[in-house]
Amino acid sequence: MKPSKIFIFILTLTLSVSVLAQRSPVQEPMVFENQQQEDRFNQLTQELRCLVCQNQNLADSDAQLAHDLRAEVHEMLMAGKSNDDIKLFMVERYGDFVLYRPPVQQNTYLLWLAPLGLLLIGALILRVNVKKRAALLDSNPSEEQ
Amino acid sequence: MNSRIYPLLGFVLLVVLLVVGLQIADRKTNLPSPLIDKPVPVFDLPVLASEGQNMSKDSLLGKPYLVNFWGSWCVTCRAEHPVVTELAKLNAVYIVGMNFRDEPEDAIAWLKRWGNPYDVSLIDFDGRVSIDFGVYAAPETFLVDPSGTIVFKHLGQLTWDVVETEILPRLANMESGS
Repeated sequence: MKPSKIFIFILTLTLSVSVLAQRSPVQEPMVFENQQQEDRFNQLTQELRCLVCQNQNLADSDAQLAHDLRAEVHEMLMAGKSNDDIKLFMVERYGDFVLYRPPVQQNTYLLWLAPLGLLLIGALILRVNVKKRAALLDSNPSEEQ
Repeated sequence: MNSRIYPLLGFVLLVVLLVVGLQIADRKTNLPSPLIDKPVPVFDLPVLASEGQNMSKDSLLGKPYLVNFWGSWCVTCRAEHPVVTELAKLNAVYIVGMNFRDEPEDAIAWLKRWGNPYDVSLIDFDGRVSIDFGVYAAPETFLVDPSGTIVFKHLGQLTWDVVETEILPRLANMESGS
């Protein structure tokens, strides 16, 4: 074999191995009646947290609990439950932590309003600084160039 | 001169946030259960090693009991087993073992090998009941009062410290209350 052929051979080999090693999100075959249901299922499992591996959502996780909860979500969907019903089912059992998108409620006001507060503080600091500089330039016109 | 201190203040603030954040992250493994002060989820499950016999939530009403989720596949359950055994010896509370996501034969073998601290073990084969209890790790332990309300939950390995500081005082409270 020519060296270039060997190189290509090795390259294909390593590439194929990496493709094999890559774990695609494991999904059981789920049967839906229509595309809308499937979309809702995908959306819900992406918004719900897997509590075993807390930084993954239900769609990505391969934990046993995630399997079971996906099946649960699927079953509720097929039974005609709304998204809110399904989320409530999860929150009643696992708490707000199960939701990736925290609800706006009393104990999350700080979370939702803090960015606004920081923005205001930033604007205030900016204003004060700009004013100071303007005053400085006014009193020292020679520095202006 | 004065403005030089601001970056330092900002830095100190960030450090404080980091420390607080790390502590919260630490506690995340022990999330508060939304089931505290709520009624026990409904269940009606076959009794382990007793063919054809079932036990339901209703039949346990009227006395406090402990629900301990375990499985023969669960290493930490093995680790907490001596504590459950010790607690069972006190005869202070009726202990229900919830054998979940397990093969009954494996469960029976496990109990034979290490000893059976449970007053009864129920088979939650597909884990449905464990989902209703919001179980996401094993072992998990729930204390239920005579009215069927969950008063305490412990996530992970039960220690004697938890028994003494959390479970026994609550049981004493129930007794003096009734």
